Amino acid sequence: MHISILFFRNFLYLKIAAALAVVALLAYTIDEPLGKPNGGTWLGYTLGTIGALLILWLTWFGVRKRRYGKGKLLLEDWMSGHVYLGVALLVVATLHSGLQFGWNVHTLAYGLMTFVILSGLFGLYAYIRLPRLRTENRAGMTLDDVMGLIAGISKECYDVAGRLDDEVGQLVQKADADTRVGGSFWRQLSGRDPNCATTHALDRVRELAEGYTGADADAGRQLITLLARKAELLRRARRDVQLKALLDVWLYVHIPMTIALLAALFVHIVTVFLYW
Amino acid sequence: MSEHYNIAIIGSGPCGMSAAGRAAEHGVSHILLERTDHLSDTIYKYQKGKYVMATPDVLPLRSSYTFEVGRREAILKTWDEQTTKHKVNVRFKSEVTAIKGEKGAFEISVKGGGKITAENIVLGIGLQGNPRRLGCPGGDWEGVQYQLDDPDEYQGENIVVVGAGDAAIENAVALAKQNNVYIVNRRDEFARAKDGNQKLIEEAIGSGAITCFYNADPKSLTPGKLVLTVADGEAVVDCDRIIARLGAMPPRKFVESCGIKFPSEDPNALPELSSQYESNVPGLYILGALAGFPLIKQAMNQGYEVVEFILGNKIKPADEPLLEEKFGQLLSLGRTVDDIIAQIKGTVPILNGLTALQLREFLIDANIHFPRKGDVVFERNDYTNSFYMIVEGGVEILVDPDDPSIRVNLGPGEFFGEIGLMAGRRRSATIFANGPSFLLESPRRSMIKLINSVESVERGMKSVAMVRQLRTYLSPHLTNEVLQPVLETAQIRQYKSGQTLFREGDKEDGVYLIQKGSVTVSREIGGRDVVIAYVAAGNYIGEMAFLNKQPRNATIRAAINTETIWMESDKFRSLLESAEDLRRDVERRLLGRLVESETMKARPEAGNIIQFLVEQGVGEATDILLIDETLCIACDNCEKACAETHNGISRLNREAGPTYEAVHVPTSCRHCEHPHCMADCPPDAIHRAVNGEVFIDSKCIGCGNCERNCPYGVIHMASTEPAKPGLLSWMMFGMGPGPGQDKKRKKDKKKGGDDRKVAVKCDMCKDVGGGPSCVRACPTGAAIRVSPEEFFSFAELTR
Repeated sequence: MHISILFFRNFLYLKIAAALAVVALLAYTIDEPLGKPNGGTWLGYTLGTIGALLILWLTWFGVRKRRYGKGKLLLEDWMSGHVYLGVALLVVATLHSGLQFGWNVHTLAYGLMTFVILSGLFGLYAYIRLPRLRTENRAGMTLDDVMGLIAGISKECYDVAGRLDDEVGQLVQKADADTRVGGSFWRQLSGRDPNCATTHALDRVRELAEGYTGADADAGRQLITLLARKAELLRRARRDVQLKALLDVWLYVHIPMTIALLAALFVHIVTVFLYW
Repeated sequence: MSEHYNIAIIGSGPCGMSAAGRAAEHGVSHILLERTDHLSDTIYKYQKGKYVMATPDVLPLRSSYTFEVGRREAILKTWDEQTTKHKVNVRFKSEVTAIKGEKGAFEISVKGGGKITAENIVLGIGLQGNPRRLGCPGGDWEGVQYQLDDPDEYQGENIVVVGAGDAAIENAVALAKQNNVYIVNRRDEFARAKDGNQKLIEEAIGSGAITCFYNADPKSLTPGKLVLTVADGEAVVDCDRIIARLGAMPPRKFVESCGIKFPSEDPNALPELSSQYESNVPGLYILGALAGFPLIKQAMNQGYEVVEFILGNKIKPADEPLLEEKFGQLLSLGRTVDDIIAQIKGTVPILNGLTALQLREFLIDANIHFPRKGDVVFERNDYTNSFYMIVEGGVEILVDPDDPSIRVNLGPGEFFGEIGLMAGRRRSATIFANGPSFLLESPRRSMIKLINSVESVERGMKSVAMVRQLRTYLSPHLTNEVLQPVLETAQIRQYKSGQTLFREGDKEDGVYLIQKGSVTVSREIGGRDVVIAYVAAGNYIGEMAFLNKQPRNATIRAAINTETIWMESDKFRSLLESAEDLRRDVERRLLGRLVESETMKARPEAGNIIQFLVEQGVGEATDILLIDETLCIACDNCEKACAETHNGISRLNREAGPTYEAVHVPTSCRHCEHPHCMADCPPDAIHRAVNGEVFIDSKCIGCGNCERNCPYGVIHMASTEPAKPGLLSWMMFGMGPGPGQDKKRKKDKKKGGDDRKVAVKCDMCKDVGGGPSCVRACPTGAAIRVSPEEFFSFAELTR
């Protein structure tokens, strides 16, 4: 009953996109223009118009996504179409260019477009691959649940550390106060914290605990168990933040580049009509 | 020498106060007795600043007191002023402990020894009951309180909380933040409390934040010192304050002790009253919530009327204009409201047992229809659940959509629509009027109230309903002669959620037709109980074993509270012989199960998903939002879409809620078959639309009952948000919050000053059109809305 965008409506949008690409390729091979294939032939103009309209339609997705409760189609229709027609655009625009590239605004527009499409393909990969990893990583809990468990363990750590010496008390205190999940952009993406106060406390308490005897040894073992459990939950929480960041990060490229593409496209069209 | 009055009014809620005001205006000797030291305790105990609504809007107010929508404080202040103005003789701190005697010479005992005699008594004590008191010697110490308004008021005190229920736990945990708290539990565990609260208190005791005395009872109390009896002797606790949360005594016992009779043992039953609010004890009148009228305005009108009645003045009830309007067309023929009420009572047998008062109220809630021949009353698969009675004319039931020749005719006095009402599911047949008719349509709520309080209604309905259900669910071809022997031994059997109907390996003992609820079918596979199917109301189970002449081959458990019609196997067999379509149906099911169980052996995880969803209460859902976590990219566009289409407030929480494998059940309305939220809505603001959506209309008074009654936490109280700017003005000019953004904008004091809260919940975007916005706005197809029957199908889960 749940259907991925790739298989949506029995591959309807794949079929549309494939038909578009095949027709464009056929026309390109059949067409025998004077001179080299070029954006300025009738086929070039046709493909260019289709490409420009496609770009506008693909960009409109950002608006359509926010027009809640409106429109006849599901957003999933748009999404599925966005993906397949976006890939088809690569074929249409390449044929439109007639493979003429140079250091000019036309190739800039083409380059930006390619970049946007490639970043979109990364996004597609992320959307298809990462949710499952995220679900498995969280094992039925929400991030809030995991953070709640971590906070609970921190509390227990204090109780146990109270029975041990001051250095342990400080380590536990630091592990509670200075442990962070998330943080800067790179920290989120890396999914790790090399200076994690909890990991540090765990390592140091392990060294100290080797020397404990009697009641101290019991408390030491107990504390190590707690800290290890906390470190494991932290790993899971950071992994979750990382996966969520990966799901979002490509949009920070995809969307600004789209705006740049629109500008370059505008210049491309205007210059073509002014100087030809 | 005791005091004597014409009218003694007990309880100073809206009805009692209004009665006293009217008596004062007439100059009749009266006394208003109030247990607490202020008027109207129920409203007094509302949270601070609560907005009190004046529903039903159409009902005119008739009282010596004024009342209109407003804040609790303003309303109470006005009432206090008017009590003084009318010179009402009110006596506070006067709890009535007993009423004896008869009309003209009632004797009222007041706690503390006073005695009052009165000719008439008006009882308006509401339903809140009296808090159970700390019974030990010294329990009247002023440091003992039975309520906690604001736990943050106390700091650094030693506080003892007595009790082990939800209220006690919530108070203790809240107080423990700033105080040294002890809790006294009569038992050795907190089993009576909700799961969440049990966990809370166990954690608090475990961490030492609260000290608990188990198996303990207060023995004696001196100011500042509580002595407890504990398992190994006595314990003494120094305390600055004691909070006793020992529950309340329902007022029924007291009411019965005055000689007033209730029609049934049902805890919801109401005392029988005449049209003048007089109980079976002459001279003793009952008003307000205790008489089944929980709304403030109704109660105030009754207070006014009852004094007029006692004085022998003939006045028409305040609801007369409402009924006149309702009957409109009928009155033009020179008939009066009373004539029509008499006609209805005379024709419709199930309404015969109602008192005049009940019938009037019932009719105000009811709709009247005058269909012409051929008009459709309702259609098969509509999701309505009202109940119809025929006063004049008749209807025709089209039982089988595939065979329009089978039609059943109903005439005056008969009823229909009960199957939808009982099962909480779609209509099972289409109904036409077969001539000009006069039909009464009663909403689900008034019908349920009636079934609970008037036994004759229930009896009258159930016997007819059983025959109709067998015809509807088994075969329309079954004749009365064939059904008769089945009905003789058939029984209605009820099961609680999780209870077993029968077990795998049991001896076969009959066939069960599910009339309400749903069940799971499970089988032992590899030493483990694996759920293999989910069966909803309108289906039967248990026919396999006797057809195969083998013991039960599966275990059947109720997924939710379930009601079945049980039939003897031999009798059921006779039905098979007389109806070919039923025989084929049984055979088809048998074959289907064979396929299912083979698939099952290979795919036990599908059964685990059913088991998980049933545990989440999905069994009672009609339409549920499910998220496939392998597709969900956590963009929250579903929540944003919900908020954007519903005044800025999302009715769903995507992340919250349980997950099993990749199936996530977000916190969002399931549109239950028998919605818990509808159970206790004073203004009757929650309804089910034709397509099944359960929604709250603008009559909501913000009481929060539905929020508390919903076991799934999908209703919350919210105030309306100011409108957002359009998409372009946000994008281009940065005006206000954009789509899906938070509305952390300061409210415009002049425009948005109204911050009263009403209940909000999912309405499946019935007013937006095009289907639920959450699903439509999901870019990856992770969110779907399905009915459990669709989702629980094997083909679906083993895909």
